[in-house]
Amino acid sequence: MADELVLLDCLVSMFGMRVRIALAEKGIKYEYREEDLDNKSTLLLETNPVHKKVPVLIHNGKPICESRIIVEYIDEVWKDKSPLMPSDPYQRAQARFWADFVDKKVFDAGRRIWRTKGEELEAAKKDLIDALEILEGELGDKPYFNGDTFGFSDLAFITFYSWFHTYEMCANFSIEKHCPKLIKWAKRCMERESVSKSLVDPITVYEEILMLKKKYGY
Amino acid sequence: MAEVKMFGAWGSPFSKRVEMGLKLKGVEYEYIEEDLNNKSSLLLNYNPVHKKVPVLVHNGKPIAESLIILEYIDEAWEGPDILPKDPYERANARFWAKFIDEKCMPPMWKACWSIGEERAKAKEEASEALKFLENEINGQKFFGGDTIGLVDIAANFIGYWFRIAEEIVGLELMTQDKYPNLCKWAEEYCKCSFVKENLPPKDKLADIFKGIIQAQSAPK
Repeated sequence: MADELVLLDCLVSMFGMRVRIALAEKGIKYEYREEDLDNKSTLLLETNPVHKKVPVLIHNGKPICESRIIVEYIDEVWKDKSPLMPSDPYQRAQARFWADFVDKKVFDAGRRIWRTKGEELEAAKKDLIDALEILEGELGDKPYFNGDTFGFSDLAFITFYSWFHTYEMCANFSIEKHCPKLIKWAKRCMERESVSKSLVDPITVYEEILMLKKKYGY
Repeated sequence: MAEVKMFGAWGSPFSKRVEMGLKLKGVEYEYIEEDLNNKSSLLLNYNPVHKKVPVLVHNGKPIAESLIILEYIDEAWEGPDILPKDPYERANARFWAKFIDEKCMPPMWKACWSIGEERAKAKEEASEALKFLENEINGQKFFGGDTIGLVDIAANFIGYWFRIAEEIVGLELMTQDKYPNLCKWAEEYCKCSFVKENLPPKDKLADIFKGIIQAQSAPK
């Protein structure tokens, strides 16, 4: 029986992009459904009643929510193709740690950057730069966060690259100036087809955010 | 030097989670108690990013963040499973553990220590979150099924710390009539000899909580 996969997602979501990359890495066919977050589908509300958020992966009728959890699920089910997590338990813990760091520190600061003004915006900018500089330090001279090959921790962070332009425009700064290694790393990841096909054009993201800022008065 | 070291704080549910995981697998470890008001340079070296407990150090290599440490323990040592083997059930366990950390604990804790409108809002948020857990545990002895698993370990705050704090501050949030399944789970959970060994003494915790109240009402 062929696997039935549906991905409920939102084009500019950096979390949704993670799942798209994982599915592309494994060469898995799926049905993509774009959600209007102002008018969520019944299917989304039924499959993710707790958070009512994208992405949701529905595998043969069974939903999985939360992007990092979905990616690990994909990696475990389709374990014979292009492994995303390292095999060593310590390396796996490190991969999970840094993906968690990105969600806790980069996402939060980034979100505040496009939603606030004045002092709050400046504080968010500082927090984002601090977080990115920690990541820059962690990457060091490695080609990837995962080491010599692209892996889970790279996948978790690279989707934010689509949002760098938005952060830079809203907070008036250059990420490359603070974190040149991160930019080199991002461009290296973009050479991967699964990444370049799954990431959304930064201009598209920025236009979407400008529209939201206008709509909600941020 | 011990092969396995753990930096913790006796009153921290996050710290106790890790101890539960280690004990479940029968791992021998050296425990180092941290004074959270005066963190050791060793801890700060092992966890420079978050500077928090718990940290597990295995053969000199540190791992931080309690849920990540628990998954590591599950993978590094033989013994009873902390996570299920089936990928879908694993995803489910991870989901609820994360839910507890992000959606349950913060408003539950806030509800204990705030007043007026802030408390009402936190209480409402916590109530909604607990409803999901109430449904999830339905009919089972533990979140992990017949035996304790990741979610049960993650829910230690709900099963123990919170119940003590709730009583002291007179919150009345996790009541029997509103959450019969959760209350039953908490009772089973705390009766479990394995869990009992990994909980801080009730009177010591109660003292800490009473101390927080006193500090709040002290003249500024």
